[in-house]
Amino acid sequence: MDNTNRMVLEFESKSQNESFARTVIAAFAAAMDPTIEELADIKTAVSEAVTNCIIHGYPDCIGMITMRAFISGNEITIEVEDFGTGIEDIKKAMEPLYTSRPELERSGMGFSFMEAFMDDLEVESVVGAGTLVRMKKRIGKQPFIGLTH
Amino acid sequence: MQDNGKHGSNATYEINRRCLVIRLNEELDHHNAVQIREKADRVIDRNHVKHIVFDFSESGFMDSAGIGVIMGRYKKVMFVGGKIAVTGVNSTVDRILRLSGLYKIIQKFDTVESALNFLNTK
Repeated sequence: MDNTNRMVLEFESKSQNESFARTVIAAFAAAMDPTIEELADIKTAVSEAVTNCIIHGYPDCIGMITMRAFISGNEITIEVEDFGTGIEDIKKAMEPLYTSRPELERSGMGFSFMEAFMDDLEVESVVGAGTLVRMKKRIGKQPFIGLTH
Repeated sequence: MQDNGKHGSNATYEINRRCLVIRLNEELDHHNAVQIREKADRVIDRNHVKHIVFDFSESGFMDSAGIGVIMGRYKKVMFVGGKIAVTGVNSTVDRILRLSGLYKIIQKFDTVESALNFLNTK
């Protein structure tokens, strides 16, 4: 039996699309029969990634965000990509509590949550060209343990 | 602007003595956080609010933007000895609050009433 599936979604970097992206990924991943907790993990990670595109990728304009998802067996791979500012220092951006926009009252936990809630996280970025976040999660695995510092 | 709850109000605000109860009607993400932050701060300043209750009974999701909202309001009321409470949190919201370490500075109650009973004696 073919147990793969694929989707692509494009939407504008407007904040109301954060909940849209969460709803779409939840509906797509539902076919994998995840637990409520696993689904919440995926929704949170996508929410963080999309919010980053809106706030940091396109700080002064509306641009396009692409979300791609691929299911293979019990693993889902999700890519969230913008074509905006890019990140100069990815390592620094991923540090817990770091935020480049303290005036926006950001908690600096976006990447930490993506790391904590997904099994794998990769970030590719080119300054002036955009940022791609690739996250993987295996469904039906051992229970969640917690944030590691 | 979005005060009167006509256009997709994402929260309601209610003063009980020196407590502000914010009942969230939508998921606490960056989109809703921007409006809630602005509205809450206006209400806090005008009514000399000391304590704040965030009620999640009608909101089943929050991400790191929600952490920012709660932290920011905590910083506002801490100078007057104020406290922050959360009520009606489901397991999803509870996990975010726990992972972020927010329970070190806020308290969880089952109901708004029990939170108010506690805070109004403080």
